[in-house]
Amino acid sequence: MTPGWRRHLQSAAVIVGFFVLWELACIVFHIKEIVLPRPTQILFTLWERAPAIWPHTLQTLYTTLVGFALGIVSGVLIGALIGSSRLAYDVGYPLLIGFSSIPKVAVVPIFVLWFGAGTVPAVLTAMIMSLFPIVVNVATGLATTEPELEDVMKALRASKFDILMNVGLPRAMPYFFASLKVSVTLAFVGTVIAETVASNLGIGNLMMIASSSFDVPLVFAGLLVLALLGVGLYAIFSLIEGRVIGWAKRKDEFALG
Amino acid sequence: MTEDARAFVQLQDVTLAYGRGERRVAALGKTDLSIAKGDFVALVGPSGCGKSTILKLVTGLIPASSGWVFVAGREVGAEPVRVGMAFQNPTLLPWLSIRDNVMLPLKIVPPFRQEFRAKRRGEFRDRADALLAQVGLSGFGDKFPWQLSGGMLQRASLCRALIHDPQLLMLDEPFGALDQFTREELWGILQELWMDRRPTVLLVTHDLKEASFLATRVCVMRARPGRIVEDSFVDFPRPRTIEMTYEPGFVALTQRLRERIVSARGDAAAADLQEIPA
Ligand SMILES: Nc1ncnc2c1ncn2[C@@H]1O[C@H](COP(=O)(O)OP(=O)(O)O)[C@@H](O)[C@H]1O
Ligand SMILES: [Mg+2]
Repeated sequence: MTPGWRRHLQSAAVIVGFFVLWELACIVFHIKEIVLPRPTQILFTLWERAPAIWPHTLQTLYTTLVGFALGIVSGVLIGALIGSSRLAYDVGYPLLIGFSSIPKVAVVPIFVLWFGAGTVPAVLTAMIMSLFPIVVNVATGLATTEPELEDVMKALRASKFDILMNVGLPRAMPYFFASLKVSVTLAFVGTVIAETVASNLGIGNLMMIASSSFDVPLVFAGLLVLALLGVGLYAIFSLIEGRVIGWAKRKDEFALG
Repeated sequence: MTEDARAFVQLQDVTLAYGRGERRVAALGKTDLSIAKGDFVALVGPSGCGKSTILKLVTGLIPASSGWVFVAGREVGAEPVRVGMAFQNPTLLPWLSIRDNVMLPLKIVPPFRQEFRAKRRGEFRDRADALLAQVGLSGFGDKFPWQLSGGMLQRASLCRALIHDPQLLMLDEPFGALDQFTREELWGILQELWMDRRPTVLLVTHDLKEASFLATRVCVMRARPGRIVEDSFVDFPRPRTIEMTYEPGFVALTQRLRERIVSARGDAAAADLQEIPA
């Protein structure tokens, strides 16, 4: 058995062990289902109520992906702007930090006011949640170009745009992909927040209704769905990252990732 | 302003200070230097004496604080002169293959730029491979920078500096990080490339043997403020060989350069002492 496989098995065993412990604790301490359902109950609920849960899952996934895609596009544009212009940096950074410190729950009502309840506020919330890490990472990646390399390019009379396309953006890629993994999970958080506050579809809404009728296993089933979606998308982006920027893994300077 | 008609590069009464006010550093005192087309000039001197600064001035990366810098008969920047640069750090792009790294200038510099899409897989590719072969890297075009040793990266970096047939080649301690054997091998390669193409070269180095081996002219600089204190021609026949560096004439030259640097350093120290108020 290779060390890599052994590591995977070990971590899988720990994760399974955690759920077994949870199950046992619920049984041994007679914890009520309404306080903390057992993992098997959650799985059972998920199975039994799948037809009801499924449309909500699709809605949440769809909303998150659209919001995330918008977040990527605007994040890269803003990051490229901030990372390549001094003025944009001085203006944009404080604004961005201020903006990202606002609790997103507080913004949802404003979106609802503007666009009405439903999918749009959720998409927008997912977008602004995922925006910040992307902007910061792209800007950082652009700003770390070696001065000597910049001299080489300037000596070739490369325009700012040439430098951005040939050096800046490729160089920012590892930072960009590292941020995607974080951002996609944040996008889920954004979607669910908005769905909880103002929507009649989506996992957030489902959990909201389930908890108000004390259907705790269903709440946890919703949580499980979210966790699975999050892990799944994280894994997909890790995979893409490995494919696209394998070169960066060879160098220690990108260990920040 | 008197302009030397034959000079390809000319510095006239150039001074350069970095920063302003309190933090102003006079990096270069009044300096004159003129370099003929196709010449190979080495700049030697202690660190901080303004060698890299002269390179940046000639390349137009920084403007002179006073004086004039002419390249190809016009003020620097006015004429689109093709320039190649290489540093101690090879600065290859890690996401590109060695060949693509070498071809980078072709993607940016006119007139190659306009034809890049059409010729990248044909003529330009062959051009890069031929150059790589000339520096002893044939077969390494598809490798990535992390797969090569420091000496190999430096060879590739030289290729990148030369691929677009620059009129001016700027080398800032390009072999500074290499071991003695690799360095001597690269001297031979650089000499060959220069004799082949005859770009005007400005080489910054700490190594007097390197300067004397490669250059047709060695300029010795001193620090605070940076200044050229000696300008000697090196007329050993070419191609020069490593064996020649052990001949008495060559040894005498490097010794004289060394003494000149040491004494200039003494002068600088003495000048510093005088600046301290009693
Ligand atoms: N960007 C800069 N800002 C301020 N001072 C600088 C800068 N670059 C160089 N200097 C100073 O100018 C002097 C000459 O620098 P440089 O030309 O790099 O020397 P060399 O290449 O001969 O070692 C040094 O004293 C150095 O500290
Ligand atoms: Mg230097």
